[in-house]
Amino acid sequence: MRKLVVIGNGMAGVACVEQLLKYGGEVAITIFGDETHVNYNRIMLSSVLAGDKPEEAIVLNDLDWYRKHNIDLKLGRRVVEIDRELRLVRADDGTVVGYDQLIIATGSVAFVPPMGGTDQENVYAFRTLDDTRALLRRARPGARAVVIGGGLLGLEAARGLQVQGCDVTVVHLLETLMNIQLDVTGGEYLRRKIEQLGVKVLTSRKTAALTGDGRVRGVRFDDGEEVPADFVVLACGIRPNTALARSAGLQVNRGIVVDDFLRTSDEHIYAVGECAEHRGIVYGLVAPLLEQGKVLAAALAAEDYSRPYQGSLTAAKLKIMGVDVFSAGDVNGNDPSNEVVRYEDAGQGVYKKLVLKEKRLAGVLLVGDASQEHRFMDWLRTQADLAPVRDSLMFPPPTPDRGSQVAAMADSEIVCGCMGVTKGAIIGAIHEKGLSTLAQLKDCTRASTGCGSCTHLCESLLQAVAPGFAREIPEGMCSCLPYPQEKVREFIRGQQLRSVQEVLDIYGNGVGCEICKPALSYMVDVVWCGEHDEDRSARFINDRVHANIQKDGTFSVIPRMRGGVTSVAELRRIADVAEKYRIPMIKVTGSQRIDLLGVKKQDLPAIWAELDMPSGMAYTKGVRMVKTCVGTEFCRFGTQDSTAAGIELEHRLEQLHSPHKVKMGVVGCPRNCAEATVKDIGLVGQEGGWQVVVGGAAGKTVRKADLLITVTETEQALQAAQIFFQYYRENANYLERTYDFVERLGIEKIRKETVYAPEAVRSGLLERLRKSRAHASDPWLEGRQPARPTQFVQIEPVEVVQ
Amino acid sequence: MSWYKVTHISNIPLREGRKVRLPNRRELALFNLGTHFLAIDQQCPHLGGPLSDGIVVGDTVVCPLHAWKICLSTGSVRKPASNSCVRSYPTRIENETVFIEFTEEIPEQVAS
Repeated sequence: MRKLVVIGNGMAGVACVEQLLKYGGEVAITIFGDETHVNYNRIMLSSVLAGDKPEEAIVLNDLDWYRKHNIDLKLGRRVVEIDRELRLVRADDGTVVGYDQLIIATGSVAFVPPMGGTDQENVYAFRTLDDTRALLRRARPGARAVVIGGGLLGLEAARGLQVQGCDVTVVHLLETLMNIQLDVTGGEYLRRKIEQLGVKVLTSRKTAALTGDGRVRGVRFDDGEEVPADFVVLACGIRPNTALARSAGLQVNRGIVVDDFLRTSDEHIYAVGECAEHRGIVYGLVAPLLEQGKVLAAALAAEDYSRPYQGSLTAAKLKIMGVDVFSAGDVNGNDPSNEVVRYEDAGQGVYKKLVLKEKRLAGVLLVGDASQEHRFMDWLRTQADLAPVRDSLMFPPPTPDRGSQVAAMADSEIVCGCMGVTKGAIIGAIHEKGLSTLAQLKDCTRASTGCGSCTHLCESLLQAVAPGFAREIPEGMCSCLPYPQEKVREFIRGQQLRSVQEVLDIYGNGVGCEICKPALSYMVDVVWCGEHDEDRSARFINDRVHANIQKDGTFSVIPRMRGGVTSVAELRRIADVAEKYRIPMIKVTGSQRIDLLGVKKQDLPAIWAELDMPSGMAYTKGVRMVKTCVGTEFCRFGTQDSTAAGIELEHRLEQLHSPHKVKMGVVGCPRNCAEATVKDIGLVGQEGGWQVVVGGAAGKTVRKADLLITVTETEQALQAAQIFFQYYRENANYLERTYDFVERLGIEKIRKETVYAPEAVRSGLLERLRKSRAHASDPWLEGRQPARPTQFVQIEPVEVVQ
Repeated sequence: MSWYKVTHISNIPLREGRKVRLPNRRELALFNLGTHFLAIDQQCPHLGGPLSDGIVVGDTVVCPLHAWKICLSTGSVRKPASNSCVRSYPTRIENETVFIEFTEEIPEQVAS
């Protein structure tokens, strides 16, 4: 059997093997990898660093795949010698394997600039999964990180570390960030975006040395200036890993020299990927190595020499959420025969540049909006004559609906630039193999397994073509901010963000939507205990006018009636208001309160003033009320004073916002007349004490509340309720009711982290609750002094002018 | 064709909307997008929800009743897929005051 050995278990080597396997045939394959991991997607390491993806999600071939294809995988072993005469390779552990054909796919190594101090502790590269793990271990909120190198990799590393809470500075040798892919203007636009994210950028700085005493302390520039650093990441570029080939006597320039069929100067040895040099070019991106793999596989397996590798068109894309940068071809266009078409919108941070050569596209550069990248890449690839579309080069004629973005693409147009998969190939696979999920599509065609930027297009194609396609629900809140809420709360705390817009600018798409804006409004409030920058435009209308909007655009008004107890004076005022403002409906609610329905917005301030009662906050995600029974005061069976306890509980928690509404109940005996056991928080009186129960529901589902703790004193019961309430505020996802929260975490864990937590934890929760409560006030006071201009006013034009 | 002098720009906070009632009782929703102001009909084409009370998302507003998403510059419905739309109205700023141009719709028979 033919023996094939591959040195390098990275994307290039394994992709070539994948292609080879498609041809079938008898071949014994051995792969050496000096990392201890299976083949993973190296270009997604920045997503792992930023916490967008878990490690498992970037595995391209798991161990089962190697096993299934009888591949002898030798991990953690580095080949140290190629014996070309005997045709065998020797690894650092002494393993010797003979070959008929040998593929060198050793990739590249991080370039370490020649300067002092790079061998210290806390100096990292950002190239492998192990590097990424080390950085994740090192990164923590407030740690000062300096990234040397403002290229693609350096910026992605900087962003990842900043997401982890670090205070990040990027140092770049030249004036223009990503100078290989951008022009000066593009670099400026990018710089602004990166700075907006909260990353500091220093350009035109030559690093002279890393200072420290074995452990890095700072970075010193050649002008003597120094910035402090807790750790340093070197992202100064990569160098082809050619040492082995060189020592084997193969022809090596910058990379291992190969011909159009990836043959080196030895007819039995081939090279692919970042270590290879083809026609004078060494590629450092994923698309070329896949193209090389295809050509080599055809040559090796089928002796098909009909399709030589002719070089690749490369495109670079920055993978930072909210910072679109795309560059392909010749973007400088210095040649006077070139025509340059530019579009700039400084306000929106959008810069686009097309370089045309004889009516054909020679280069494209997009910053701030890369939505048209596929269209431009197609022009570059096909070298289409652009004269007929000259009027709409930058912006295509408007399409009537979103689906037609896919419809308008030609079948030959490439959807996945990394893996080189066309629209036609995807549609073919969907039909032939009956695919209906994105995961199946990835498996079958490999589309969307590279940088992931075509995921949306792939989904649109599935939606258009596959019957029964259901979009997978992302883990984040919404697509504006694709992080779990837990993570978002960490960002807010770690980066000291106090407004919704800051969170969206730094971690999201800068715009937000009706789902994330109210959620973020809540999160900045709870994290800063009310000391946040309130942005009413991010709140739902109910929280702007402190009333509940109804189907006809009118509002409902429910004053607070603590514990459901009222008085003659209050009832009289309610009646007077209802009469004066012709309230269409007065209704007693299920929460022991009175609801005035059908109120016009402009009447709200006057009604509040005349009611002279605090807001019941029945319109918001927050504390609603405490329902009580009459307890010992009047009831023949009462064992506890539930009314007084309920009123006190409402006093302590009222005016506070929470992830969802919180309804409470206090009953004086286990007869449970005020239904405390199906409330979010309930106090159930019994002979000699109270049971505190949480997570009850009587909504779409009915759930009996779980027992949190049993106590003897009323004060203890109230405190237990307060502690649980603050814990729920801090840990539940927005729009998660207590009954879902309690089920998700389990009452055991909740007990352990609330009422049975160490004293310091409990008093911490109570202290933050106290602080929030101190910052809260009755929202109806805004009726006298609106927080926002014209909050309750209907505007009428002053005059008509012609 | 008439331009209405509506209100001082500071009366409409950033990324919020306000209802504007014209003398002919037509109700419009006027929004402050930071760099410019946009005006559309007040009523959502779905079930008449008050658009001035919606959350502004980029260049759209989301109706507070059922989350229909309306484009503020064209008046078209972005979500869900729908052919219905509202009218949008030209605006301009002069001396820190917002002006809206309102033209009565010309009945179709006359127009054709």
